[in-house]
Amino acid sequence: MSTQASWRALDRGPVIAGGTSRAFLTGTWRTERPVLDLERCIHCMLCWLYCPDSSIQARDGRVVGIDLDHCKGCGVCAAVCPPRAHAIVMVPEGQP
Amino acid sequence: MSVLAPTRRLGLTGNDAVALAWKQINPDVVAAYPITPSTQVVEKFSQYVADGVVQTQFVPVESEHSALSACVGAAACGARVMTATSSQGLALMHEILYIAAGLRLPIVMAVANRALSAPINIHGDHSDAMGSRDSGWLQLYAKDVQDAYDLTILAVRVAERARLPVMVGLDGFTLSHSLEVVDVYGDDAVRAFVGPGPDDHYHFLDSPEPITIGPLALPDSYMDFRRALAEAVARSAEIIAREAAAFREHFGRSLPVFVEPVAMEAARAAVVLMGSYAGVVEEAVLRWREAGRAVGLVRPVVFRPFPAEALRAALAGVEHVVVMERADTLSTLGGPLGVELRAALYGAVRRPVVTDVIFGLGGRELREEDLEQVGRLVEEAPGGVRYLGTGDGV
Ligand code: SF4
Ligand code: SF4
Repeated sequence: MSTQASWRALDRGPVIAGGTSRAFLTGTWRTERPVLDLERCIHCMLCWLYCPDSSIQARDGRVVGIDLDHCKGCGVCAAVCPPRAHAIVMVPEGQP
Repeated sequence: MSVLAPTRRLGLTGNDAVALAWKQINPDVVAAYPITPSTQVVEKFSQYVADGVVQTQFVPVESEHSALSACVGAAACGARVMTATSSQGLALMHEILYIAAGLRLPIVMAVANRALSAPINIHGDHSDAMGSRDSGWLQLYAKDVQDAYDLTILAVRVAERARLPVMVGLDGFTLSHSLEVVDVYGDDAVRAFVGPGPDDHYHFLDSPEPITIGPLALPDSYMDFRRALAEAVARSAEIIAREAAAFREHFGRSLPVFVEPVAMEAARAAVVLMGSYAGVVEEAVLRWREAGRAVGLVRPVVFRPFPAEALRAALAGVEHVVVMERADTLSTLGGPLGVELRAALYGAVRRPVVTDVIFGLGGRELREEDLEQVGRLVEEAPGGVRYLGTGDGV
């Protein structure tokens, strides 16, 4: 929104269209990134259930990847991934 | 008088009058939690709901915070919404007051004005609503039960046209519980005046076209919303004047806006006073006038937006003003009305001396000898801040 006298258009209070959080790329805040090893994944869906940003991508009940545009790197997915599967590790941004 | 408005004369307490106005308005939603001295508004109105004489969805909640939250949700869906509260209840609503105003929701709230704790006290003063004065709500103050009834009806149109929430203050017990004779308009006349409801529904529950109400606003937009809100409050003055004129046209009764002057012709001094004690002080002022003293009374009916221009005009020829008010800012500068009146008069060509008199906190009565002291202050024009009725003189 422009700050050039745009207040004049705001006579009905703050109301915006639905679904705008898709355009808000929370992934830009990230300092650590989850790296998913689909070879190890047992598709228990715990990471999908716990991810606070709905960033675990799934199809037909199976994990297929991570939406890094919205993943903000909290590490919850890595923490809930069963230790024996150990399919997600957190890696500092800027490292492969 | 409008043919639509055959009036009846009824003996009503302030709370009964507000509940009756609500019944005639027939709002979509009332969410409320009872608290003294506004309890009977909700009690009486829930009886109307139970009897099926209104179509209102009544939401009994567990606290005032929830009451106003439910009102915000309903108003955001485009419903016409009312609630009532007092004192600690209004204080508990504080967080949501700002949200209601910031979302520009036309909620109407009756505030049976009462003191704040501690110590706990159930009696009347203006401290509760004065704590909400920077929230963006418009504030109207009744002088008598008729006023409480009329201003409640007026508030609906003002709120919906200004897209701002409105509080109607009636002094705890002295108005909320006192029986007075009130001219009551016909149900049809009231409904014709308030019309069908807010015109720009937000369609909150329209799933094919979902919206977000009250999203995060970062530094690039938050201040623009606040600027728009400030402008809306400023512009509401015009709307109040227009709607009061429409009220007069429709019901044949004049509502004083923004201030009601009494005996101000050629007055050299004036008492400024809001709320129910205006009647008593009016008696005193008229006696002083008979005794040859050029004293008048100016009663602000509107406190938000602050009626600076109307006060400047009403007090133009006056050398001394005694502000009598039932709240304190504890800033050492006096009560909120006195502080703001001084600010409003600062730019005047001739500035009267303002003496701020705080009285009637927690329901302390105003006695004959107190009025004599006020008369002396009017005469002597000492300025500063005084406390009346605490035994050590003013
Ligand atoms: S790091 Fe956090 S935000 Fe990113 S995918 Fe894992 S749980 Fe979701
Ligand atoms: S928690 Fe681990 S094992 Fe389970 S679905 Fe997610 S990545 Fe796969």
